Amino acid sequence: MIDAVGNPQSVLVLGGTSEIALAVVRRYTAVRKPRVVLAARPSYRRDAAVVELTAAGVPVTAVDFDARDVDGHPAVLDKVFADGGIDVALVAFGVLGDAERAWQDHEAALELAGVNYTGAVSVGVGLAERMRKQGHGVIVALSSVAGERVRRSNFVYGSTKAGMDAFYQGLGEALRPHGVTVTVVRPGFVRTRMTDGLPPTPLSSTADQVAEVVVRAARDRRELVWAPAPLRAVMSVLRHLPRAVFRRLPA
Amino acid sequence: MLVRLSGWGRTAPTVARLVSPRDFEAVANIVKKSRERGVIARGLGRSYGDPAQNAGGVVLDMTRFDRIRRVDVDAGLVDVEAGVSLDALMRALLPFGLWPPVLPGTRQVTVGGAIAADVHGKGHHVVGSFGDHVRSLDLLTADGSVRTLTPDGEGSALFWATVGGMGLTGVVLRATLHVVPVETSYFVVDTEQVDNLDDLLARQSADDDRYAESVSWFDVTATGPRLGRGVLTRANHARLDELPAKLRRDPLAFDAPRLFTVPDRLPSGLLNRVTGRAFSELWYRKSPTRSGQVQNITRFLHPLDVIGEWNRGYGPRGFLQYQFAVPFAAVDVVRQVVERIAASGHVSALNVLKRFGPGNRAPLSFPMPGWTLCVDLPVRPGLGRLCDELDELVLGAGGRHYLAKESRTTAEAVRRGYPRFAQWRAVRASVDPDGVFASDMSRRLEL
Ligand SMILES: Cc1cc2nc3c(=O)[nH]c(=O)nc-3n(C[C@H](O)[C@H](O)[C@H](O)COP(=O)(O)OP(=O)(O)OC[C@H]3O[C@@H](n4cnc5c(N)ncnc54)[C@H](O)[C@@H]3O)c2cc1C
Ligand SMILES: NC(=O)c1ccc[n+]([C@@H]2O[C@H](COP(=O)([O-])OP(=O)(O)OC[C@H]3O[C@@H](n4cnc5c(N)ncnc54)[C@H](OP(=O)(O)O)[C@@H]3O)[C@@H](O)[C@H]2O)c1
Repeated sequence: MIDAVGNPQSVLVLGGTSEIALAVVRRYTAVRKPRVVLAARPSYRRDAAVVELTAAGVPVTAVDFDARDVDGHPAVLDKVFADGGIDVALVAFGVLGDAERAWQDHEAALELAGVNYTGAVSVGVGLAERMRKQGHGVIVALSSVAGERVRRSNFVYGSTKAGMDAFYQGLGEALRPHGVTVTVVRPGFVRTRMTDGLPPTPLSSTADQVAEVVVRAARDRRELVWAPAPLRAVMSVLRHLPRAVFRRLPA
Repeated sequence: MLVRLSGWGRTAPTVARLVSPRDFEAVANIVKKSRERGVIARGLGRSYGDPAQNAGGVVLDMTRFDRIRRVDVDAGLVDVEAGVSLDALMRALLPFGLWPPVLPGTRQVTVGGAIAADVHGKGHHVVGSFGDHVRSLDLLTADGSVRTLTPDGEGSALFWATVGGMGLTGVVLRATLHVVPVETSYFVVDTEQVDNLDDLLARQSADDDRYAESVSWFDVTATGPRLGRGVLTRANHARLDELPAKLRRDPLAFDAPRLFTVPDRLPSGLLNRVTGRAFSELWYRKSPTRSGQVQNITRFLHPLDVIGEWNRGYGPRGFLQYQFAVPFAAVDVVRQVVERIAASGHVSALNVLKRFGPGNRAPLSFPMPGWTLCVDLPVRPGLGRLCDELDELVLGAGGRHYLAKESRTTAEAVRRGYPRFAQWRAVRASVDPDGVFASDMSRRLEL
C-alpha cells in the first residue's frame, strides 16, 4: 500500500535498467525499503542494478521481460503480481534509435513502434487489469515532450511517444473510478545512455532530476507533469506555432 | 457499489466495494463469500489513516446497526449494536443519569470502532480505556459463526485480541457496556494557562489524580523559552449541588449545536506558519487561568464537534495525526519531539498532551503508563522524513504509535512498539487463518 506521505511498499519497473527509472527507485529506497521488481532483458546492467539494490538492503528481484514479446506479457505480470500486488509501476522502456534510419528502414521503424507504442499498450492493459482488482496503485508512464509536437528531426520516435502518451492519459480516465492513478511524465532532454553523444538542448536535465519530479507527481497523484516543469509552458507555445515557423526552429 | 474511501485525514484513498447489510445474517454471508482481497468493518471513519478501508475488497458499513437494545439502570449496563455512535449513546443514557465512562475527543465514533481501537478519553488515568468497560461482545468470525466473548470467560484471549484489534479478528455485532451514574451533564473545570512545556508536564504529574478528566493543549509555534506554552484543563463531573440554580432545573440537559460545516474544496496549505501561529495564539488567549468553572459537554469535552467535517479545512492533500505514548521515564522524548517539530517548519495547531494510567490486557491496546502526545500535521514535502525521525526517538524510548491515528509508519515499528504483537498475531491466525479480514492498514503494516 502507499502510505499517507506517498511511500510505496512495492515498485515495479518495466524496462528495469532504464537510468531514469533506476533513479526513481533510488529515491524510493533512500527513504524506505520497498519490494522492487526489475522487469528487463537479462543483461550486465540488470545484474548490476540487482547487486547495488541488494547491497543497500532492498528486497529486489529481476524478471525477464522483453517489450516486443507482447504474447509473453500477461505471464510476466502474473508472476510479478503473485507476490502481493504492486503499488507503483513505472513503464520506462523505450528506444530512441537512429532518427534518419527510423523513417527509411522498415525494421528500424517497426522496432520503435513495437517497443515504444505496442509494448507500452500491451503492458498498460495488463497493469490496468491487475491494478483495478487491487483498488489502488499508480502507473507512471515515461512519455516525452518529443510526442507533444513531432518534429522532422525525430518524428518516428515522437509519434510513438505521442501514441503512448495519449493511450496512458485515456487509461488514467478509465481507471479513475477504480482508485488507480496514471501519471504521464513528459521529460525533455535527459542526459542518459539513451541520449549519449547527442548535443543537449536547453532545459536538459539529469535522470535524478526527472526522478524527483516522478516521485513527487506519484505522491500527489498528478495525472500529467513535465520534467523540468517549465517545459510545460515552452511546449504550449511550440504546440501552437505555425508549421512554417516550427519547421525553421533549430533542431 | 465501488466507493473511494479514506480515513479522517483524507490521505491515501483507495477504492472498495462498500456494502451496507441490513441484518447480521447478511453480514455473515458477506464474510463467508469473501474473496481474495477480504473484508473489513467500518464505523464512522473517524480513524485518521487506513484501517477502515480495503482496496479492491469489501468494506462493511456498520452504521446501520444503530440500535440501543436495553438499558439496565440499576446494574449500569447497556446492550447496543456495534454501529451505535457514542453521541447517540450518550444522548440516550443521560436521561437515566448514566454516562459512558470513556469518550474520545469526538463522539462521532461507533461502539465497534471504539472497541477495535480501544479508544481512550481524558479520563484514562482514572477509568482506563474503552475495552475495560466492555462486559461482553458478539464477534462474527471468518468462519461465519458468532461467538459471545467476555473479558474473563472462555474465549477471553479472543476478546482481548478484538479490543484494539483494528477489526482484524472479526466483526463486532453487539456489545454490553458498563456505564456509570452521574448527577449532571456538566463539568467543574479548572483551566490553567501554562508558560512552557516543563511546567505543563510538572503540573500534570503533581495532581492529575484529583481530577476525573485531564488534558492539555500546547503550542508548537512559539519557540525558545515559550516552547510548549499551553493550557491545562482538568475537570470533575459536576454534582447537582455544584450547579448554579439556573442549570439545576435540567441538570442532565444536553444540546450540541452544530454551527458550521467546512466546505469541501479548500486548497491544501491553508494551515501554514502564519495561520498556525494565529490559531495557537487565539487558543492560548481564549483560555485564561480560572478554576471551578461549570462547562457543558461540548465546551469541555468536544469543542471540535461543533464544526462538521472540519478535516476538510486541510485541503485535498490531507493531514496526518502523529500520536505516540512513551513511558514516564522517557519524558525527555516528549520535549525532543516538540522541539523537532517546532524547528522543522511543519505546523501543527492541535497538540494534545496527556498522562496515561495503567494499560490493560489487550496486546494491541495503545495506552501504557506514561505520556501521550498527539499532533496534527498537514501533508507537505518532508513530512515523511520528519515522522521517520520522530519514530526513532519514540521507539528508541520504548514508546509506540496509536494505530487509530497511524498512516505512515513501518511494519517493524508496530512490532517494536507493541511487545505483545506476536501474541496478538497468534490469536488472529487461529481465528482467521486465511486472512479474510484485511484492510489497507493490515497490508501496509503486515498485521
Ligand atoms: C476529532 C477526533 C478526535 C479523536 N479523539 C480521540 C481520543 O481522544 N481518543 C481516542 O482514543 N481516539 C480518538 N480519535 C480516534 C477515534 O476515536 C478512533 O479512530 C475510532 O476507532 C473511530 O471510530 P469509528 O467508528 O469512526 O471507526 P472507523 O474509523 O470507521 O474504524 C476504525 C477501526 O475500527 C474497526 N471497526 C469499526 N467498526 C467495527 C466493528 N463493528 N467490528 C470490528 N471492527 C470495527 C475498523 O475496521 C477500523 O479498524 C479521534 C478521532 C477524531 C476524528
Ligand atoms: N533520455 C531522454 O532524454 C528521454 C527523454 C524523454 C523521455 N525518455 C523516455 O524515458 C524512458 C527511459 O529512458 P532513459 O533515459 O532512462 O534511457 P535508458 O536508460 O536507455 O532506458 C531505456 C530502457 O528501455 C529498455 N528497452 C529498450 N528496448 C527494450 C525491449 N525490447 N524490451 C525491454 N526493454 C527495452 C532498455 O533496456 P535494455 O537495458 O535491455 O536495453 C532500457 O532499460 C524511455 O521510455 C524514454 O523514451 C527519455
